[in-house]
Amino acid sequence: MLNDFLLLMKSELVLAFILFLLLIIKVAAEVKNERLLALIQILLLGNFIYGFFFIQNGSLFGGMYTTNGLIAFQKSILSLGIYLISLLFSDWLKKSEHLIEFFILLLSAVMGMFFLISSESLLMFYLSLELATIPVAAMANFDLHKKISSEASMKMILSSALSSGVLLFGISLIYGATGTLNFSAIPALLDGTGVQILAFIFLFTAFAFKLSIVPFHLWTADVYEGSPIAVTSFLSVISKGSIAFILLTTLYKVFAPMHGLWYNMVMLLSIITMIVGNLFALRQQNIKRFLAFSSIAQVGFILVGISSNSILGTASVVYFVLVYVFSNLAAFGVAGVISQHSGKERIEDYRGLYQTNPFISWVLALALFSLAGIPPTAGFFGKLFLITAGAFKGNYFFITVAALNMIISLYYYLRVIRAVFMDSNEQPIGKINLDISTKLGMIICGAGIVLLGLLSWVYDYITALSI
Amino acid sequence: MNLTLLILLPLLTAVAILLMRNDAQVKWTALMGASAQFVLAFCLLFAFRKERALGNIAQMLFEFHYQWFPSWHISFHLGVDGISVAMILLTAFVVIAGVLVSWNVTKMTKEFYFLLILLSLGAYGFFMSLDLFVLFFFLEIAVIPKYLLIGIWGSGKKEYAANKLALMLMGGSALVLVGLLGVYFGAPNHNFDLMLLSSMHIPIAIQKICFPLLFVGFGVFTALFPFHTWVPDGHSSAPTAGSMFLAGISMKLGGYGCLRVATYILPDGAKEYANLVIVLSTIAILYGAFATMMQKDLKYINAYSSVSHCGFVLLGIGMLTKTAMVGAVMQMVSHGLMTALFFAVIGMIYERTHTRQVNEMGGLIKVMPFITTVLFIVGLCSLGLPGLSGFVAEMTIFMGSWQNADLFHRVATIAACMSIVVTAVYILRAIGQTAMGPIKEGHLSVGDARWNEKLAAIILIAGIVAIGIAPYWLNELVTPAADIIMHKIATK
Repeated sequence: MLNDFLLLMKSELVLAFILFLLLIIKVAAEVKNERLLALIQILLLGNFIYGFFFIQNGSLFGGMYTTNGLIAFQKSILSLGIYLISLLFSDWLKKSEHLIEFFILLLSAVMGMFFLISSESLLMFYLSLELATIPVAAMANFDLHKKISSEASMKMILSSALSSGVLLFGISLIYGATGTLNFSAIPALLDGTGVQILAFIFLFTAFAFKLSIVPFHLWTADVYEGSPIAVTSFLSVISKGSIAFILLTTLYKVFAPMHGLWYNMVMLLSIITMIVGNLFALRQQNIKRFLAFSSIAQVGFILVGISSNSILGTASVVYFVLVYVFSNLAAFGVAGVISQHSGKERIEDYRGLYQTNPFISWVLALALFSLAGIPPTAGFFGKLFLITAGAFKGNYFFITVAALNMIISLYYYLRVIRAVFMDSNEQPIGKINLDISTKLGMIICGAGIVLLGLLSWVYDYITALSI
Repeated sequence: MNLTLLILLPLLTAVAILLMRNDAQVKWTALMGASAQFVLAFCLLFAFRKERALGNIAQMLFEFHYQWFPSWHISFHLGVDGISVAMILLTAFVVIAGVLVSWNVTKMTKEFYFLLILLSLGAYGFFMSLDLFVLFFFLEIAVIPKYLLIGIWGSGKKEYAANKLALMLMGGSALVLVGLLGVYFGAPNHNFDLMLLSSMHIPIAIQKICFPLLFVGFGVFTALFPFHTWVPDGHSSAPTAGSMFLAGISMKLGGYGCLRVATYILPDGAKEYANLVIVLSTIAILYGAFATMMQKDLKYINAYSSVSHCGFVLLGIGMLTKTAMVGAVMQMVSHGLMTALFFAVIGMIYERTHTRQVNEMGGLIKVMPFITTVLFIVGLCSLGLPGLSGFVAEMTIFMGSWQNADLFHRVATIAACMSIVVTAVYILRAIGQTAMGPIKEGHLSVGDARWNEKLAAIILIAGIVAIGIAPYWLNELVTPAADIIMHKIATK
C-alpha cells in the first residue's frame, strides 16, 4: 500500500517536498534572492526530469485518484512550464521581495493542477480545482504597489467564485441524477434527461470560465493586464493547459454518451471563441492584453481538436498544449524582459526593437510565428493536427471557419512583427543585457519551437500514450 | 541521386550565412550556396535523363521515403518527374541570378540573404514533395520570407504591400488546406500521399467540392483573376531580388500546385470546372495586358504583364489537352526566367537613374549599352519573338488549345491570342521610351552594369535562349509527365 502510494503519487510528493523545503528555508535561513532562485531553478529542473521516471498506472483513495502514462506526461508538460517560467522571469523574480512566497503559491497551484488532472471523481475534481485557483488569485496581486494588480486579483477571485458556484451546482445535479460522483460510473447512468443536460451545461460553463471561452472570457483581459507578467504567463499557459487536459477527460470519458449534444456545443463555442478572440486582438495596444485575446483565440483552436472525440483529438490537444507552452511562454518572456527593463508594454513601443535587440526580436518572431501556425515552427504542426482532428467528423464548415481564423490571427501577429522589424523609432528600447538564465529559457523555448514539429517522434510518443 | 540534398544544401547555406561575421563573407557564402544549387540542379537534370535513357519508366524517379507522422499517414515523400525537374532548374536559375543582383544590398545583409535562401528551400521542397502535407508545409514556408523581404527591404508602400501579399497568400493556402483535408477524408483510405491518391478513385461529389478549393487556393499564388490584386503591389514594392523570386519562383508554386495537385488527383473536378478556369484565365490574360498599357512605372508594367502571362499557364491547364499542358509548364519556366530577368534589369536601371517612370527616362542606350540590350532581349521575349522562350511556350499553348474543336474553346483561344498584340504595344512603347530618344540631363554620367549584374543577366539569357532555340529538350522532359496526367483525365 505504501509502496503504491509513493510511486503513484510521486509527482505530487516531489512538489510537496520542494514546497516544504522552501517553507523551511523561509523560516530558518536568510538566503540571497540570486542563490535562492538558482536553487529553485535546479529543483524545478529536477522535478521536470524526474517526471519521466517510474511511471505507473493505477488508482488510489478508493478510485478518486488515477494516473497513467498520458497523465504523467501531461504533468511533465506543466512541470516544464513552471521551470521555464522560473528561468524566463528571473530578472523580475530576483527583485521580488517575496520570492519564496511566490514559488510556494505557484507550487501549491501546480499541485492542485496535478491532482486535477489525476482526478477520477467529481469531488476530487472540485477540491483540486479550488486548490489550483486560489493561490493564483493571490499571485495576481503580486505587484504589491500597483492598484491595477489588486484589481486583477479581485476580479479573478470574484469570477472564480462564481464559476465554482456554478460548477458545484452542476456537480450536485449530476449526483442527484446518477447517484455517483465517480468518473467511471457516471457514463453508464447517463441517459440524456433534462436534468443531466442541465448539469452538463453548468459543468461546462465552469470549464468555459476557466478556459476563458467566449462568452465567459470577460475577466481574462483585465486580469492578464493587471497581473505581473510572470503570473499572466502562468495563467495563460499552465492553468489553461491543465484545464484543457481535464476537459478532455471529462468530455471523452464522463460525458461520452452525450457526445452528440456536446459536439454541437463545443463547435459553436469554438467558432465564437475564435472569432471574438481574434477580432478583439486586432485592436489591442497593450502587449499583455494582446496576448490575452490571442490566447482566447488559441483556446478556440483547442476546442476544434477537442470536438473530434477520438484518440487523435487527445493526442493533438496534448501536443498543442506542449507547443503552446513553448511559444506562449517565449512571447511572454520577451514581453516580461522588455517591461522589466524599460517599463514599456505597448506594441508601438516595440518599434525598432530589432535594431537594438536582435536576439530578443528573433525569439519573439519565432514565438509569434508559432502562435500563428507558420511552418517550420511547431505551431504549424500543432494547429494543423487540431484542424485535421476536427475534420474527422466531416464538418467542413467548421474547418473552413478555423482555417480562415488562422488568417485573421496572422494579421495581428504580423502587426507586432512589423513593429519590431520594419518600423523605425526615435526612442527605441535600449540594449538589454539578458540575464544568463533568461537567455537559457529563451533558447530552450526557441529550440522547442523549431524542433518539436520537425522531430515527429514527440507527437508519436503522445499518440502512443493516448491509446 | 538523393533528393534530400536539394533541401539540405539551402538549409546548410542558410545556417552558414547566419554564422558569418561580415557582409562580404555573407555574400560569398550565399553565392557559393546558390552556385552549388545550380550545379546540383543540373546534376539532377543529367541523372534524370540518364535514368530515362536507360529505360526507367517509373513515373517518379529518385523517390525518398521517410515515415514522418505515422499516426496521420504522413510521410516525407520526395520524388521528381519531368515537370518537377523543369521547375527545379528554373528555381536554381532564379536563385543564383537573385543572389548576384543583390550584391550591393547594405541594409541587414545577413538577414536578406538568409531569407532569400530560405525561400529557395521552400520552393525546392514544394516542387519535389509527393506528400500533400509536406507540399503544404513547404508552400507555407515560402510565404513569410516574402513578407519580410518586402516589408524590410522594399520601397514605396511596402508595409501595405507586404501585408496584402502575406494575407492573400495565406488566404490561398487556407483554401488549399481545407481542400487537402477534404481529399484526405474523402479518399477511400485516409492518406496524404500524392501517388496513392492519384491511383484511387475519389468520389465525384468530393472532387466537385475540393477542386475549386484547391484550384483557387493555388490560383491565388499564380494571380488567378480576381485574386491577382496582390501581384502589382507586391512586385512593385519588393526589392529587386524579392520581385525576381516572387514572380520567378513563387507564382510558379501556384501553377505547379494547380497542375500537380488539383488537376492530377481530382480529374473529374478538373473536367467539371475546366470552362470556368478558361474564362477566368482568359479574363486575366486580356485584363492584365490592357492594364499594363496604362502603366507608367516599369515595375508595374512587368507586374501586370505577369498577371497576363501567368494567365496563359492556367489557360493551358484548363484546356485539358496534352500539348496545352506541356505548354503551360513551358510557360511557367519561360515566364519565370523572363520575368526574373526583367525585374533584374529594372532594378539595375532604377539603381542608376533613381526612377522607374518610363517618361522620365530616355536614350539610356547611350550610357548603359549592356543593360539596354538585356532590356531589349527580355522585352522581345515577353512579346513572343521566335527564337526566345516566350514564343515557344505561348505557341505550344495555342496549338494545344486549338485541338479543342468546339466554339467555346476556339473563342477563348482567339481572345487570348489577341493579347499578344497588346503585349507588343506596351513592351515596344516602354522599351522605346526608355532606351531611345534624347537622353535626360541627369542620366549622362551613369555607368553600365557591373560584373555581378552582367553574370546574372547572362545566366538568365542563356536559359531563355536555350529554350527558344532548342525547345525539344524541355519538351522531352515535360511531355511524358504531362502524358500521365492527361491519360488520367481521359480515362476517368
